[in-house]
Amino acid sequence: MPDLKEVYFQTLRIRKIEEAIAERYSEQKMRCPTHLSIGQELVPVAISQYLTTRDKAYSSHRAHAHYLAKGGDLSKLIAELHGKSGGCTAGRGGSMHLSDLDCGFIASTAIVGNSIPLATGNALHQQLSQSDGITISYFGDGATEEGAFYESLNFATVRSLPILYACENNQYSVYSPLSVRQPASRSIAKLAAEIGVKSFSVDGNDPQRVLEASQAAIEFIRKERKPALVEYFTYRHREHCGPNFDDELNYREAHEVEEWLANDPLKNLQKLLSSDSDFSHFQARVSEQITQEIEAAFNFASSSPFGDPIDNERYIYAK
Amino acid sequence: MPNNSTSFATQLQKAQHHAMQNDPGMICMGLGIDDPKAIFGTTSGLQTAFGQSRVFDMPTAENAMTGIGVGAAIAGTRVLMTHQRVDFFLLAMDQLVNNAAKWHYMFNGQMSVPLTIRLIVGRGWGQGPTHQQSLQSWFSHIPGLKVVVPGLTDNAGQLLYDAIMDNNPTIFLEHRWLHNQIASEDECQPLTEQPRHTRILREGEDYTIISNSYMLSEALQAQKYMQQFGIQCEVIEIASPTNIDWHVLYQSVKKSRRCIVTDMGHTFCSLASEIANRIYSECFQSLLCPVTTLGLPHYPEPTSYGLTPDYYPNINSFIQTISGNCGVDIARITTTQHHDIPGEWFKGPF
Repeated sequence: MPDLKEVYFQTLRIRKIEEAIAERYSEQKMRCPTHLSIGQELVPVAISQYLTTRDKAYSSHRAHAHYLAKGGDLSKLIAELHGKSGGCTAGRGGSMHLSDLDCGFIASTAIVGNSIPLATGNALHQQLSQSDGITISYFGDGATEEGAFYESLNFATVRSLPILYACENNQYSVYSPLSVRQPASRSIAKLAAEIGVKSFSVDGNDPQRVLEASQAAIEFIRKERKPALVEYFTYRHREHCGPNFDDELNYREAHEVEEWLANDPLKNLQKLLSSDSDFSHFQARVSEQITQEIEAAFNFASSSPFGDPIDNERYIYAK
Repeated sequence: MPNNSTSFATQLQKAQHHAMQNDPGMICMGLGIDDPKAIFGTTSGLQTAFGQSRVFDMPTAENAMTGIGVGAAIAGTRVLMTHQRVDFFLLAMDQLVNNAAKWHYMFNGQMSVPLTIRLIVGRGWGQGPTHQQSLQSWFSHIPGLKVVVPGLTDNAGQLLYDAIMDNNPTIFLEHRWLHNQIASEDECQPLTEQPRHTRILREGEDYTIISNSYMLSEALQAQKYMQQFGIQCEVIEIASPTNIDWHVLYQSVKKSRRCIVTDMGHTFCSLASEIANRIYSECFQSLLCPVTTLGLPHYPEPTSYGLTPDYYPNINSFIQTISGNCGVDIARITTTQHHDIPGEWFKGPF
């Protein structure tokens, strides 16, 4: 089991980064659609405990936590949100198209479900090139309604590919609840199991359970060279896209929101660590460290220039 | 038939073998790639030569399988996919347009997509509304894609080899009626040499015909026929709509002052109309008559033999246009051949 303090640190770091983005979003300098990961940070932090840079990750529109947990550069993320040349795609992709090849975060894409085949193709490449790495494909519950999800799992099973399908089930596709999208009896984990993918289902906000399930799935993939899926039940605290809370719209029951806010992964980690006599000191220290790191990243973004539109025709084709 | 004759399909098969040999990491996938018919003979022997891990049949899942090809290509595997009909591939437009085409650009040149997708265009024998679409104009509309539309056996293999070895997503649109086209092996361009995508195939002073794919065969017949009446047509092949040497086209039209552009698809919002538009812009003063676009009418192809005799332009469409615009009266060609087959060798069903 990884050091829980490290898991706490990583989770807190992503939370504070996302909150800093939310706080400054109204300044209108980050001019692109932004889907915050607040409430869902634990899943990628836990998964990333068991990965190296030889393992590659793909994600979807809500990608900040996946990028950061894998080791994606913070300054390049913040500069990207600002559309600056120092951003991870120099302002071409924005929040929904992140990449940091140095750490093995290949890319996130904006169209629901369409990075699942790409990740599966990456796993095919790993198999063909006899790499010992595995691939992580992050997506949400909405993506499991896309044909690409079924088609990819089917092929990964037929071909026995080393890939983890990490489904963060936050139960809403924008404002549409699962109840209007999938039958009440549906379990995404069971669906995947029926396709032939080794599957796990877990409370995505419970640190120990999330670590255990992620470890079990990844060890299975590494050992058997076969696909696995983990369905992590979790919850986004804020609106689908943007910096605000939107509970005044009443699309989620008040008691449901309260229950999930009480089951916040960060709070759960704090509870687990509260008996540690050193924890409050640790908390204060890393919190300050993260604040400074965020400040530096925003300063980098601010000082980074916009690219020159004269280069807009570069890279239409590869050489 | 000469001793050293070869076919369009054989040239495509050779190009794939050569590419697989030259890039040991390359893979080929497609529904039926290793079946007894070997995709009209174009993939014969590939699996035997290179094994099941590199040459494989796949689930009937055009969208994800295209995405899997894109993902493998991004990771560094050279990928060739084959679909036996364009129309089924439309399920994969998300992967093609949103991922493959934009990847290199969107991620600021950090990654590339060495992926080629062979798509086969059907026609005739009741292929009907959803088995014969020729969508070169659609694909050419998307920045980041390369589109190749071969029309002749002599460079078909070279064009495919070049497409495969290119590090960009490339759509290779093959017309079904060309697979049996014969040429002499001596005429075929060396596979590994850079192809010329814009070629003047016949020189002429009186009329410019810009064409590709199967329509090029009709155009070449028309050129030969018109020659008997003293009308010299210049026939230009544009084998890649995304890589046209525009100067060659303009120079030809400025000389001939008359122009036909063909299209295998509907002419509305087409490659042909785009070329015509550019010719109007660049050669306006030279033109003696309007540029003619010869392609499909703006309705789907009906299935019935009885409904389709005039659906596709043919040699007589050229004769009518050229004689009209040159002010001469030239007889149409009468033929007893069925309009829905490329030749007597074709017996259906598919």
